[in-house]
Amino acid sequence: MNNLIEHADIDGELIPILDQVADPEIPVLTILDMGVIRYAKLVNDKVLIKITPTYSGCPAMDVISDDITMAFEKIGYEVKVELILSPAWTTDWISERGRDALQSYGIAAPLDENADKEALLGNKRIVKCTLCGSSNTKLVSQFGSTACKALFKCEDCLEPFDYFKCLK
Amino acid sequence: MNNNLYNYVLGIADNCLILGQRLGELCGHGPSLETDIACTNIALDLLGQVRSYYQYAGQIEGQGKSEDDIAMLRPEREYVNTLLVEQPNTDFAYIMARQFLFDVYHYMFLDSLKLSKDETLTAIANKSIKEVSYHLRFSSDWVKRLGDGTQESQNRMQQAINDLWTYTDELFHQTDADQVMIKNGIGVDTTALKDDYYNRVSVVLKEATLEVPESKYFQKGGKHGIHTEHLGYLLADMQYMQRTYPNLTW
Repeated sequence: MNNLIEHADIDGELIPILDQVADPEIPVLTILDMGVIRYAKLVNDKVLIKITPTYSGCPAMDVISDDITMAFEKIGYEVKVELILSPAWTTDWISERGRDALQSYGIAAPLDENADKEALLGNKRIVKCTLCGSSNTKLVSQFGSTACKALFKCEDCLEPFDYFKCLK
Repeated sequence: MNNNLYNYVLGIADNCLILGQRLGELCGHGPSLETDIACTNIALDLLGQVRSYYQYAGQIEGQGKSEDDIAMLRPEREYVNTLLVEQPNTDFAYIMARQFLFDVYHYMFLDSLKLSKDETLTAIANKSIKEVSYHLRFSSDWVKRLGDGTQESQNRMQQAINDLWTYTDELFHQTDADQVMIKNGIGVDTTALKDDYYNRVSVVLKEATLEVPESKYFQKGGKHGIHTEHLGYLLADMQYMQRTYPNLTW
């Protein structure tokens, strides 16, 4: 949880509540793991939350906003959720726990910026298969099931899998 | 309200909306599943960006208009997108050539818009450019694959580039609103980007073993609301539901 505090301004007492809200498209991740919560403060029983979209057109943002509102209203807080665009979201904000959860869910976690470019141009085989761990994987498409992912295929175990693209 | 700022924001936004709609038309009709998904993903990015721009435009106008009102309820002459983005989806070479010629511009434009004095525009630019760098990579890749592919794919890509070349100069055309915004440090001085644009495009075309068109005959008009005949059909399709059932919501 420590790396959460570095990039966002979140009241410690709100963390357990926010941590119950799952990402609607990748349910193994919480919205805290995704790093979309930028600000969360409790003032006189009123909660103010600021969230930022992963991608501009991310259809999950409205659902995330509703889910946060529900999580707090359920326990008697008044809550306001605001959408902010700056600073822009980056995959660096995905927590270590989140990266592990992605891997075990079958989505390869983002590489660093340069490695990501090599992988997505098909120059290097460095994205590891989430099933067998082999690096003998092939880019199928730079765009996958959602805007944030690319589609890969393992040439050893033949597993098709998503890769979470680096966004910096 | 600040008319020039409003028009300036629409000028940026309408390109994203119309190109997003064009790519959205491919949903279920792409040449392969992967390209179909890629094109609709790009469409989604563009529509997400346009939502931010129109929300801002609605604030500037100050009459309570939502992003949907601005997207759906204007007649053709009030759309100020460039002619390039409204060109129809013919073959896949055409679709990728259109995307590539726009992406190079879009990337450079956002890179400069990041330095705008307007905080909302810099926030949108910083967000969008990350997405657009993926679009540019995708479309550049396809220009090279088709250009340096079979004789047939090369012919088609060359034809598409030749046909669409006439719309490239308009990307750098400046309206009165553009000029005021540039003077105020809000807008991007696109004339300063023009040489670099053609250089970047040429590098990719050469790598794709394609010829860089030499024609100096350029079309313009879109930024003043005067469009090719294709936009009307696109809008008829896009606006159909709101026109038939006004104020319909999901």
